[in-house]
Amino acid sequence: MTFLERYETLLGKLPGDSALRAAASDAFRSAGLPGATRGRPSEAWKYTSLRSLAETRFRSGEPKHEAETILARLPLLDVPRLVFVDGEFSDRLSVHIANDGDGTAKSAEAPLSSPGSLKIARFADQPDFGTLTWPDREPMVALNTMLAEDGVSLHIPANHDCGTIQLISVATTDADLHPRHTIRLDAGAKLTLIEMSAGEGVYFLNTVAEIHVADGAHLTHIRLQDESLTAFHISTTYAEVAATATYDSFTLNIGARLCRTEVHATLAGEHATAHLNAVQLLMGAQHADFTSVVGHLAPHGTSRQTVKNVLSGRSRGVFQGRIEVARAAQKTDGYQMNQALLLSPDAEIDSKPELEIFADDVKCSHGATVGELDAEQIFYLRSRGVPDAEARSILVRAFLSEALDAVTDEAVRGSLERAVESWWQRNKA
Amino acid sequence: MLEIRGLSACIGDKEILKGIDLTVPQGEIHAIMGPNGSGKSTLGYVLSGREDYTVTGGTVTFNGANLLEMEPEARAIAGVFLAFQAPIELPGVNNANFLRTALNAVRRARGEAELDAVQFLKLARAETKRLHMRDDMLKRNVNVGFSGGEKKRNEVLQMALLRPKLAILDETDSGLDIDALKIVADGVNALRSAEFSALVITHHQRLLDHLVPHRVHVLSQGRIIRSGGPELAKELEQSGYASLIAEAA
Ligand SMILES: Nc1ncnc2c1ncn2[C@@H]1O[C@H](COP(=O)(O)OP(=O)(O)OP(=O)(O)O)[C@@H](O)[C@H]1O
Ligand SMILES: [Mg+2]
Repeated sequence: MTFLERYETLLGKLPGDSALRAAASDAFRSAGLPGATRGRPSEAWKYTSLRSLAETRFRSGEPKHEAETILARLPLLDVPRLVFVDGEFSDRLSVHIANDGDGTAKSAEAPLSSPGSLKIARFADQPDFGTLTWPDREPMVALNTMLAEDGVSLHIPANHDCGTIQLISVATTDADLHPRHTIRLDAGAKLTLIEMSAGEGVYFLNTVAEIHVADGAHLTHIRLQDESLTAFHISTTYAEVAATATYDSFTLNIGARLCRTEVHATLAGEHATAHLNAVQLLMGAQHADFTSVVGHLAPHGTSRQTVKNVLSGRSRGVFQGRIEVARAAQKTDGYQMNQALLLSPDAEIDSKPELEIFADDVKCSHGATVGELDAEQIFYLRSRGVPDAEARSILVRAFLSEALDAVTDEAVRGSLERAVESWWQRNKA
Repeated sequence: MLEIRGLSACIGDKEILKGIDLTVPQGEIHAIMGPNGSGKSTLGYVLSGREDYTVTGGTVTFNGANLLEMEPEARAIAGVFLAFQAPIELPGVNNANFLRTALNAVRRARGEAELDAVQFLKLARAETKRLHMRDDMLKRNVNVGFSGGEKKRNEVLQMALLRPKLAILDETDSGLDIDALKIVADGVNALRSAEFSALVITHHQRLLDHLVPHRVHVLSQGRIIRSGGPELAKELEQSGYASLIAEAA
């Protein structure tokens, strides 16, 4: 069954605004999956084709794998977690927030209770499509809008520090999943959101998240994508950052046969800050695309992006980064760096940085480097007794350290470092 | 004992070492001197296993083992240590972690217990103190932003921790202040034993005042053209290499 056919069969059964879904299905019908239709591929999908995705048939069925086992492999932290299994909220596997956001984990009491003033809701119960997304421009957002069934809506009230929450996706069956999340931080609120995704089988996770960070609020958004190596992972995030607010994100992509992380960050208020850092570690025939659009709309905004790729085997990394500075956004400070380390002669990186500047008093820079491990450095380590494989591992981690150091929370960084280590072990095997 | 017989090596199609014969018995310190570009560093690299050099002839045995067949890390474990003329910077690698990884790799391979972070730091602090190195050198990235002299001291620190059986010091004295020179010499002298030997590559007599060599060899255009006792170094200081080279030609 195609996505559109499935939409037809679900008509009337999906939650939320059916007109919005109908419009999205029209948009998806006319656009199709990027790279899978005839004609010129769109500029936004220049380096990533979804033909292989179009050729794969997904169907939801009985879970084939144990969600617990998959969950246990993730470097989880001892903080509350909201777990979705095959796209559906799992009360059983979630660990709820005990009380007024003091961050203390406690086992489930009431399903998705909204302790204190923090508001948590399921998309299935209270569908919220948000206001920032563009189903008409982004075919994958259209697809999500058409088929979304569940997700989370988190609302952190003003001046409330919510600590750390994990948002986890586990896939146990060969299905296509379209989670829909909304995260709202009111003025002065604070949250560290850790998203992790993993699974087994040939599935397709197509997440859309909409994020609002109001005046002076601070969202740290960490993502670990460790999907099955036969899975497809596409995630599109829209973040709007208000005056003096910060959206600080870090994405680590390790798994999936094909991965695309697309982020649209808009610095809408003065002195807003956005960090879109990422690391992609690929091997075999993996393909991972990190695409970002940073829109500076107001003065004194700061954006920082360090994206590092480590590519072995025949893998292919893609970085597309666009910084747009509107006429009003004077004193913008934008920086973008893309670096790739090629561990094999057959690996490939495509890098497309773009600056589009309409203001005259701005500081924007970007750069890209591609290299291999340095033979002298390897020899130096080996001459000190360090085995060749360990020397290489040390140098790869050194290459990543600058990006990982941007994750300031030590527990979180530790969990990401464990994920890097497990990638390295897998890569060696 | 290190025995080098007829060693030739090239890089690309350029022959650099052209038949070197050299024996360093256990317990002895030998100095190697010679003009710039004569192949001194190349000899150090070939002995420690750098892959860009191709050995085209000859043999090297170290305590009975065929050194040329061993991987660089295996040579380190067997006790060969090269203090680099130009130490390599490792951005993103913490010096203390680097030193501990190296030390534990060597200890593991030698069947000794690995040191945990606390044990290691205690040992490393004692050594940095002896070498008059600032404590923060351990916290910084390996050689990154180190001054020339600090890099050399960091090489000596590695040597002190790894306790090699054959230390090859490639101009470790260059760029060092007078006090540091003494510290380096002390570092080597502290390792001296009946099983320890050293090849000291230098351009200056000064280091040899503190580190009196058993033999001095002069390398020119990839060959040893003259060997002698410690007095040879003093003689060269006076007369330079020109007459020796002319004589050898
Ligand atoms: N990678 C290389 N490619 C080409 N030539 C090289 C390379 N490495 C070394 N050489 C050449 O080999 C010769 C010997 O170099 P080496 O570094 O061993 O000299 P050295 O005796 O240590 O000199 P110095 O006293 O200046 O340190 C030099 O002529 C040098 O230019
Ligand atoms: Mg040299």
